[in-house]
Amino acid sequence: MNVAVAIHDVKQDAFVPASEAGPAPKRIVVGFGFWIFLLSDIVMFSVLFAAYAVLARATAGGPTGAQLFNQVNVAIQTAFLLVSSYTCGMMSLAISTRQRLNTYTFAFITFVLGAAFLYLEVHEFASMIARGAGPQRSAFLSAFFTVVGCHGLHVTAGLLWLVVMMAQVAIKGFRPAVDRRLLCFALFWHALDIIWVWLFTAVYLIGARL
Amino acid sequence: MNLLGKLTWSAIPFDQPIIMGASGGMILGIASVVGWVALKGYVPYLWREWLTSVDHKRIGVMYIVLALLMLLRGFSDAVMMRAQQAVAAGGAQGYLPPEHFDQIFSAHGTIMIFFVAMPLVIGLMNFVVPLQLGIRDVAFPTLNSISLWLTASGILLINISLFVGEFARTGWVAYPPLSGLQFSPGVGVDYYLWSLQISGVGTLLTGINFVTTILKTRAPGMGYMRMPVFCWTALASNLMIIAVFPILTATFAMLLLDRYLGFHFFTVDAGGNAMMYVNLFWMWGHPEVYILVLPAFGVFSEVSATFSGKPLFGYRSMVAATMVICVLSCMVWLHHFFTMGASANVNAVFGIASMIIGVPTGVKIFNWLFTMYGGRLRFTVPVLWTIGFMVTFVLGGLTGVLLAVPPVDWQVHNSLFLVAHFHHVIIPGVIFGVFAGYMYWFPKAFGFKLDESWGRRAFWCWFIGFHLAFMPLYVVGLMGMTRRLQHYDVVSWQPWLIAAAAGTAIIFAGVVCQIVQFVVSIRHREELRDVTGDPWNGRTLEWSTTSPPPAWNFAFLPHVTGRDAYWSKKALARVTQGQPPEAREYKPIEVPKNTPTGFVNAFFAVVTGFALIWHIWWMAALGLVGAFVTFLAFAFREREEDEISAETLAQFDRAHAVEGAP
Repeated sequence: MNVAVAIHDVKQDAFVPASEAGPAPKRIVVGFGFWIFLLSDIVMFSVLFAAYAVLARATAGGPTGAQLFNQVNVAIQTAFLLVSSYTCGMMSLAISTRQRLNTYTFAFITFVLGAAFLYLEVHEFASMIARGAGPQRSAFLSAFFTVVGCHGLHVTAGLLWLVVMMAQVAIKGFRPAVDRRLLCFALFWHALDIIWVWLFTAVYLIGARL
Repeated sequence: MNLLGKLTWSAIPFDQPIIMGASGGMILGIASVVGWVALKGYVPYLWREWLTSVDHKRIGVMYIVLALLMLLRGFSDAVMMRAQQAVAAGGAQGYLPPEHFDQIFSAHGTIMIFFVAMPLVIGLMNFVVPLQLGIRDVAFPTLNSISLWLTASGILLINISLFVGEFARTGWVAYPPLSGLQFSPGVGVDYYLWSLQISGVGTLLTGINFVTTILKTRAPGMGYMRMPVFCWTALASNLMIIAVFPILTATFAMLLLDRYLGFHFFTVDAGGNAMMYVNLFWMWGHPEVYILVLPAFGVFSEVSATFSGKPLFGYRSMVAATMVICVLSCMVWLHHFFTMGASANVNAVFGIASMIIGVPTGVKIFNWLFTMYGGRLRFTVPVLWTIGFMVTFVLGGLTGVLLAVPPVDWQVHNSLFLVAHFHHVIIPGVIFGVFAGYMYWFPKAFGFKLDESWGRRAFWCWFIGFHLAFMPLYVVGLMGMTRRLQHYDVVSWQPWLIAAAAGTAIIFAGVVCQIVQFVVSIRHREELRDVTGDPWNGRTLEWSTTSPPPAWNFAFLPHVTGRDAYWSKKALARVTQGQPPEAREYKPIEVPKNTPTGFVNAFFAVVTGFALIWHIWWMAALGLVGAFVTFLAFAFREREEDEISAETLAQFDRAHAVEGAP
């Protein structure tokens, strides 16, 4: 029997497994690619977490986490960030129903909460440096400032991105490309939350007991 | 305030004739090429068709051109080292002072891994993967262009280090505390770090792009178990890029913080931990070896199946072996430093894990052998490279198994035995594979084949030269010679090192043969022309389109019904012969619009990197703002796609006598 003929005789669209369905729609492709980027970002954070774990006891005679961390401050930061994720979700809903005003409003609230989070973080860093507990003091503090600061840089980038996206909505409107970018922004913003939960647990809670 | 940071006229080594000669030659070369392009009026063409192109085929070609140029640079470093060690025995000091010799071996390793092997492999993947998957481009074409130009930025920075300032003297691994500020206060390590950070971002973006492409945009019917093995190896390689390049980025970021802001990650004081760097570096470094070698394994799979006229033996086991290597490669990093002083049990675990990797690799070797066995083998140049690889790589792998035994490793750690081993696996594994792929896919990229007889000469020079250059290093390694020696007292090593230098000369003859092959092939391109699009009687979809393929690759996405999609289509064509082909109804195709974003962004990346290396803070800030504005301009552009009309498609197919064209 000729194999080629046999293949040709099978009705092509009878059963098409998902893996044989052909190229996915652009929205899926973009979302998937961004997920992969987030995974790589999480790998980078995991290295910084590992460095923190290795160096957490290397205080070189300087202050320890128990002496430095202010749990109240961190709890407020956590609240700001988690609520901003909620408002970001509300923004996504507004986008999917094409409500411009709600989109701007929730984006604005998200921005303010993110900025407040950053303000508290900068404040914490500044007060630590003022007490002589800057990143140059010990390996432990180097690791602390790097892992927390890297998250802070991500939040800063997120805020900048949010402003650009709102400008895009205002100028270009809800077109497919803008929609996809907003989807990626939402993924990014929620991923920062996940990383913050780990940070809160590993750096501030466990770190304060070392 | 000093406007130029640490940069002064003393950064340029006017008193070093070798460096001035080399960099003068390089500048002259670049200037004459640029001048020639400008005088001939090719600039608009170059800008329109290449520099701003987002076409995966052109990007692939540009990657390979960059890599081949850097291969010449890295190879001249090798020649200098071999020449130095051939003469600097006993009381002799050779012709290279220690500080220059140290920069040469550091640059050689860095360039060969990051700027030769990586772009070669990524270039091949760029050119081949979308064609094999039967699609029109990668998932994110503009991102692809950004990746390419970020890699080019890293390459430019590392070459600037030759002329302005110095390069690292730390070896290509840049272990602290040697690479810390205390022991390397100069700009050499900063050149190393920034050029690799910038190109590393490019590589990570490539990884994201290709994983998305392979997992989400295959042609209809192209199920996972129907993908060509090269695509599988590309998938494994890019998955590893995503898993490990962020580790490298974070590690280098920590070293940069140590060097720029006085942090204490890896310093000797204040609780820093230098061994953490070594661990993290090899958590990236070991998978990196497989990132490079797996796509080459993919090339060997394609070549052995095509030229044996048989389907690949053991396709499923080949896929499984690839994915097993992908996972295992992340679990063996500690074998690079058994001498760290971890407990015997830890060393034993990593030693055994390292040996286990030999199993899937062995599976692959047997699969290639059984593919050739009983096949109608055509001894073309790609097949020569494949067989040469198998013979050489098995031996190199065996010395690797020796090194995986911790007590043995303690004896030969950091000796030339180790140097011989990793060249023995990387050169056949990666370079032979890429050369096979270069010969194999060249007609697809340019529409004419490369000259066979010069290819044969190049192969034999490389094959013989390689063995002459590296086998003696095993011997001197066992005699106790450590790596990176600028001179040595033991005169009994010298004959072996002279032999190694002679081997390098033979490899050089191989390189010359390849250049001649290229020139001869261009001159004889009419005789070597491939008009069918399928010069080797290929099996996979890239051979089903014209050579070179049009910008859109396929006017109609192929419908895949099995493995070796094009082979079965050809078999079907024999059956349906005589029936009139179905008339093609062309529909317009959207292709992504060219954009200068990648190129302009790379310009700002170089500015920022150079400014950071020399502590010119205002310029670094300017560079970052420039890059951000570039992205804004891209994000706000009006049109994102160009349309290719049905008429253009029909015209192209008519001109190329495609079956069913009107």
